[in-house]
Amino acid sequence: MKKTYKIEVDCAACALKMEDAAKKVEGVKDAAVSFMTQKMKVEFEEGTEESAVMKQVVKACKRVESDCEVYV
Amino acid sequence: MTKKQKKVLYRIILSAFLLAVLSFVPVEGPLRAALYLIPYLIIGYDILRKAVLGIVHGEVFDENFLMAAATVGAMLLGEYVEGAAVMLFYQIGELFQAVAVGKSRRNISALMDIRPDYANIEGENGKLSRVDPDEVEPGTVILVQPGEKVPIDGVVLQGTSTLNTSALTGESIPREVKEGDAVISGCINVSGLLRIKTTKEFGESTVSKILDLVENSSMKKSRSENFITKFARYYTPAVCGAALVLALLPPAFNLLAGNPAAFDTWVIRALTFLVISCPCALVISIPLSFFGGIGGASACGILVKGSNYLEALSQTKYVVFDKTGTLTKGVFAVTGIFPAADFAEKYSSYEDAQAGLLELAAYVESYSNHPISKSLKEAWGKEIDAGRVSGAEEIGGQGVTAMVDERQVAAGNGKLMKTLGLSYTEGTGIGTVVHVAVEGSYGGYILIADVIKEQSKEAVRALKRAGVKTTVMLTGDSRAVAEHVAAELGIDRVKSELLPGDKVEEVEKLLLEKRPKEKLAFVGDGINDAPVLSRADIGIAMGALGSDAAIEAADIVLMDDNPQKIALAIQISRKCLRIVYENIIFALAVKAVCLLLGAVGIANMWMAIFADVGVMVLAVLNAIRCLRVKEKA
Repeated sequence: MKKTYKIEVDCAACALKMEDAAKKVEGVKDAAVSFMTQKMKVEFEEGTEESAVMKQVVKACKRVESDCEVYV
Repeated sequence: MTKKQKKVLYRIILSAFLLAVLSFVPVEGPLRAALYLIPYLIIGYDILRKAVLGIVHGEVFDENFLMAAATVGAMLLGEYVEGAAVMLFYQIGELFQAVAVGKSRRNISALMDIRPDYANIEGENGKLSRVDPDEVEPGTVILVQPGEKVPIDGVVLQGTSTLNTSALTGESIPREVKEGDAVISGCINVSGLLRIKTTKEFGESTVSKILDLVENSSMKKSRSENFITKFARYYTPAVCGAALVLALLPPAFNLLAGNPAAFDTWVIRALTFLVISCPCALVISIPLSFFGGIGGASACGILVKGSNYLEALSQTKYVVFDKTGTLTKGVFAVTGIFPAADFAEKYSSYEDAQAGLLELAAYVESYSNHPISKSLKEAWGKEIDAGRVSGAEEIGGQGVTAMVDERQVAAGNGKLMKTLGLSYTEGTGIGTVVHVAVEGSYGGYILIADVIKEQSKEAVRALKRAGVKTTVMLTGDSRAVAEHVAAELGIDRVKSELLPGDKVEEVEKLLLEKRPKEKLAFVGDGINDAPVLSRADIGIAMGALGSDAAIEAADIVLMDDNPQKIALAIQISRKCLRIVYENIIFALAVKAVCLLLGAVGIANMWMAIFADVGVMVLAVLNAIRCLRVKEKA
């Protein structure tokens, strides 16, 4: 299950940090952040609750980059 | 500028103004510190906040931390002007970066923007209402007015018009459509009003598939991008460590040698060192370059699915072609008409005899739907008068016989002529031969062959010029045809009479043969090449307009049928990669020099700001060059 979310982030380095952080969240199989298109693509593990996982992803992203926005 | 950026701009103006005023205020001591703290905090409070948050969250080494450490250090040492100014310039640089990158990001996105905003649905009273294309069910009738985009794939119910496909293919060759024709979403309706019955949902339409592909292209990161990510991870801590050593070690030596420690000097040098070291230029310019390259390519009708493929494309040394539909048009056409001498005598000129033979063949085959019959009818080009033909009979594996204008006519292969007991001329050309007999005597033959695309020859030549070592053609067609086509186009190697599975094997053999750094690209029309497309280093599908399978299987999609685009794509990738390397080397070199100068005390904070912001600006400007595609002859 893959989903794409709109994000708002100011710098390319911060986008990389968000990607790293999102990848480490439990239930996330893979994540990719494109600074250029301002989008985050998340691939979820089988049988996980998307909205719950995304909450954790947003939290993890806010931790590494307080200025970012993820539109779930 | 966004709201956020405007706010930063106001802060920059305010604190710059305050700094200018303060330089005329002659105060000393704690009051001076307190006064300078005002502009410093105005401009830098968010950086300080982020730095603290970073430390709290265990993300110690980032650029916020670097800037906070450098400026707080400067303030503590009483270098108030420098502390505040460094922060001010850093923010100016960041703002410039955000605006420049945001602008180019939007420019590139606009290039790729083919998303239709609405679909027109006709209400009961004939009034048009605009709806979200997403909400239109398949089978709905929509109206497309001149100047509007076709929002969803469908079939024309009513109306004739010209469609401009340039948004999809990069070529502004108009396409004529009339009732019953299929239309692809993303084209722009140029001339007439079209009533279209949709055949797909918006999400399944061509335009959505293409948009999806383009939007996800920057998710697949190239090796260079991954290098930068890794690099940044080790770089910042390493620089902070070096700065710490620079601040502590020389003073310690001084103390040991019995000299004054000169702590102030070395701490300032260490702080300068920190400012210089920001890795922004690299981190921003590399993905921007790739994004620009992908954007520039898509404006030419070349869709690249990821930066990694753009990178691989620049190292292409082997290009393997499928023949039918890729180098040739994939449709049969009459390539030669050869009336027999006896037949030609009855006509006033050879040309008339040719026309006569073709007319007979077209009529006798008029009932058949075989591709060869179609090509004969197409070559004849006039309306078939069904009343002139009667008693058509198909002889399986041989041909057709019928009465045309009360004459017994037979058209078919050599076997048919033998069955009829006629002697015939063996065709000398390449292709399928259709013999024609009239009233029991041999009339001559017509040669039908797949036609080579006009651009194929130039395409192969352009690839050679672009540094491709070997070109290979794989085909299921007969050896004679394959070798003829290869010789005509100047292709190095041919493998003919292959089954679809054999193509994968041939590509695997080639993959073993090449050196690891050399990449192999396979070019197919995407209809039955999916396994080979995915096996090759780079799968290129062409003529993808309307073929979903090709868009999915390939790594690079050429929206039109022109094989010359392959060489163009390689050129774009080379240019993009060159810019990427230029940026990496340039940024690292300038930083290295400035770091050295900073360490020995030649570079001051001002130079440090240039090393950070200046390099970043230049790298971003260089990256934007990727967007411009120049077609070399």
